[in-house]
Amino acid sequence: MTTIASLHIGESAYISEESLGEIPLKLLEMGCLPGAEVELIQIAPLNDPLYICVNGSHLAIRKETASKIQIIKAAE
Amino acid sequence: MSTKKSINVALIGNPNTGKTSLFNQLTGLNQKVGNYPGITVDKKEGSTKLSNDYKAVITDLPGTYSINPTSADESIVLKTLLNVRHQKNLDVLVVVADVENLKRNLLLFSQVKDLEIPTVLVINMEDQLKRKGITIDLDALAKELGNEVILASARKDSNIQSVKEAIIRCYEKAEAAPLLDMNQKIDANYFQKLKELNPNYSLYELWLMLTQDTFPDAISEKEKEDIISFGENSKNLKQYQHKETIYRYQKINEILKKTYEVDRSKATDVRSRLDKVFTHKIFGYVIFLGLLLLIFQSIFEWASVPMDFIDATFADLSSWIKGQLPEGVINDLITDGIIPGIGGVIIFIPQIAILFMFIAILEETGYMSRVVFLMDKIMRKFGMSGKSVIPLISGTACAIPAVMATRNISSWKERLVTILVTPFMSCSARLPVYAIIIALIIPDNKVFGIFSLQGITLLSLYLLGFFAAIIAATILNKILKIKSRSFFVAEMPDYKVPSAKNVFLDVVEKTKAFTFDAGKIILALSIVLWFLASNGPESFENAEQTVIEQVGDRQIPQDKLDQMIASAQLENSYIGIMGKTIEPAIEPLGYDWKIGIAVITSFAAREVFVGTLATIYSVENDDEDTSTIKERMAAEINPVTGKPRFNFAVGMSLLVFYAFAMQCIATLAIVKRETKSWKWPLIQLFGMGLLAYVSAFSVFQIFS
Repeated sequence: MTTIASLHIGESAYISEESLGEIPLKLLEMGCLPGAEVELIQIAPLNDPLYICVNGSHLAIRKETASKIQIIKAAE
Repeated sequence: MSTKKSINVALIGNPNTGKTSLFNQLTGLNQKVGNYPGITVDKKEGSTKLSNDYKAVITDLPGTYSINPTSADESIVLKTLLNVRHQKNLDVLVVVADVENLKRNLLLFSQVKDLEIPTVLVINMEDQLKRKGITIDLDALAKELGNEVILASARKDSNIQSVKEAIIRCYEKAEAAPLLDMNQKIDANYFQKLKELNPNYSLYELWLMLTQDTFPDAISEKEKEDIISFGENSKNLKQYQHKETIYRYQKINEILKKTYEVDRSKATDVRSRLDKVFTHKIFGYVIFLGLLLLIFQSIFEWASVPMDFIDATFADLSSWIKGQLPEGVINDLITDGIIPGIGGVIIFIPQIAILFMFIAILEETGYMSRVVFLMDKIMRKFGMSGKSVIPLISGTACAIPAVMATRNISSWKERLVTILVTPFMSCSARLPVYAIIIALIIPDNKVFGIFSLQGITLLSLYLLGFFAAIIAATILNKILKIKSRSFFVAEMPDYKVPSAKNVFLDVVEKTKAFTFDAGKIILALSIVLWFLASNGPESFENAEQTVIEQVGDRQIPQDKLDQMIASAQLENSYIGIMGKTIEPAIEPLGYDWKIGIAVITSFAAREVFVGTLATIYSVENDDEDTSTIKERMAAEINPVTGKPRFNFAVGMSLLVFYAFAMQCIATLAIVKRETKSWKWPLIQLFGMGLLAYVSAFSVFQIFS
C-alpha cells in the first residue's frame, strides 16, 4: 500500500479517494483532503514525525497517521 | 461623559494568523484575564473605542482550526459559540484569517457563518501579499461569501480603523445568514428530521451538539436527552462529518478560484531554507541545546541584578516602616509578615519574565513548532508529546503557567502525563533553597580550574529534576490505562520576525498570572506563619521570664539575651510545638524541629524555607540576605553530636527532598483546575512526597 509514509523527501503525490474513512476529521479540516496534492518536506531525525505540505497547509503528523493515508503517485 | 453603546465582540481564528496581534492592536494595555462563566479557564478580554458612538468589549478566544474541538483550548470556543443564542453575550464575531492559509482559514469561517452570528472576516498579514505572490479580489470575495471582508495588517497597524468600522456596520445590520445549506448535499432526509427535533436551535447548532457532545448552558435535560438519543440512532455520523468537511472545502475552492491567485514564481521562499537548518538531524539539536543554554544562562546571570535590587528594596522598606510605625502587633505584622511575604513573590518576577520572554519570542518566530517536530519522537518514548517540551521548559520558571501551557496537547494521556511530571522540573522557587544549602555544604572550589563546584552541584540538581520527570513519565505511561482516540498534528507556521508588542504583552500577562496566583497563597501563608510564630500557649507567654530566670546573675550582653528570648519564644510558639510534634518523623532524614517547621511551611511554597529559617534562627529581618542567614545556619550546632547541624549529609538530604517534594499549594490548585479532579493533585502530593522522603532518607543514611 502506498501511503504518505512511503514518500521520499521532496516527493509529491495525490491523496487517494479511498482513504477518506481513514483520515481523522481534524486532518481533513486542516486541508488533508482526498484529491489534494501532498508533498513530504522533511522527516524528523528519528524517522518520525513527518513534515508535509498539503493544500497549502504545512503540518507535522506522526508516521502512524501518515501510514493510514493512501496516495496515488502521478504517472512518471 | 459620553454614553457609548457597547458591542460585545469575540475574535476567533486559526493559530498563527496574527489573531493575538489584532487583539493587542485593538486593545493595547486595556486587557485583563478573567474566567469563562461556569468553567474556570482563563479568558482574555479587552476594550477599545470603535467610534464616537460605540465602544467594544473584545474577547480573544483560543486559536482553533475548527469548531469541532480536539483539545481543551478548542472546547472553550465551541462552548462559547453555542451559548451565544441564549445568553446574547456576543454581538459580532471577528474571524481572523491570514493571506497565505486563506483556504484553511475559510473552513473555520464557514462553520462560524453557519451558526448565524453576525461576522466580520479579517484577512490579516496584508503585508505578506507581495512576498508570497498572492492577489485577492476583495470585493468579489465579499460578494461570494455574503459577508464583510477586510484586508488588514495587525503588525503594521494598517487598516485597523476599517476593522472597527466593519464591526459597527455588522452590529447595526445584525444580519446573519448561513454560508451553506449542508444538509441538502449529505442526507436531506436525515437533516430534516434533526431540524424538526428542536425548533429552539438552528440545524447547525443541533448538529454540533449531536456530534461534539457539547451543549449550551441553557438547554434543558429533556432537550439534551432527545439530542443524545437521536445521535445514538444515527449510524453514519462520522461519515457525515467527513462529507460535511469535504463539502465545505468544495464550496471554498469554488469561491477562491474566482477571487484568489498565487503566483509561485513571485514568492520568496525563506521557510524552506530556514527549515533545512532548524530541522537538521544534527544542527537542529545543536541549535536547540544552544538556545536552552542561553536561556538558562540569562535566567541565572541577568536576573540576579534586578533580584538583588528587589531584595534590598524590600529589606530597606521593611526596616524603614519599622521605624515609622509605632511599635506593636500591627508593626510586626506588616514588617515581619506582609512585606517579606510580598517580597518573596516579587523577587521571582525577573526570572519568570525573562523565561517567558524567551518562550514568547521562540513561539512568535515559529521556531517552537520546529522544536515540537524535533522532539516528538523522543518525548513519545516517555508517554509525552513534542508539545510537552514547552511546558517542561516553562516549568523551570514556574509550574503554574507550565501546567496551563499543556492545553494544546490533544491526547489526554499525553497531556496528563505532562501535567503530572512538570512539577519535577526545578522551578525558580527552589533556587533560593538550593542556593543557601549549596553555599553551606559545598566548598567554593574550582574543578579543572574553570568550573565552580557549587555551580556543578546546582546544575546537577536541575538535571536530577529533569530525569525524575522523565522517569516518572515513563512509569506513568506504563501504569495509566487511558485510551485516547485523538492524534497528533502540529502546524508548522511560516517564520516571522517577532513583534515586540506581542512579546511584551504576553510576558506581562503571564507574569501577572504568576504574581497573583502564587502571590495570594504565599502572602496569606506568610501572615499565618507570622501569627503562629509570634503566638503560643502559656509557656510562650512565660518564655521571656523563663530565660531571664535561667540567666540569673550572669552577665550577658543585651543583644545576646534578646536572641535567647526570641529563640525560647519560638520554641514555645504554636509553630514550635508543631515542629516538635513532627520531629520523630523527620529525624531519620537528619532534620531537627526547626528544619521541620521550615519544611512544613514550604508546603505552601518552597521559597518560604529560607524566610522561615531566618525567622526561626532569630536573624534580623533581611529575609533573603544569605550571608547573615548562612552564617547563622553554619553556626547552628547539633546538640547530640556537638558538630554543625548543617553538615554534608543533612544538606544533601535537604537538597534531594526539595528537588522531589511537591511543595506548592498554588500548583496543586492549578492541577485540580486543569484535570477537573482532586485525584491527580493528590497523587502528585503523595507520590512526590513519598519519593522525596525515601530519597532524602537514603541520602542522609549514606552520607552520615
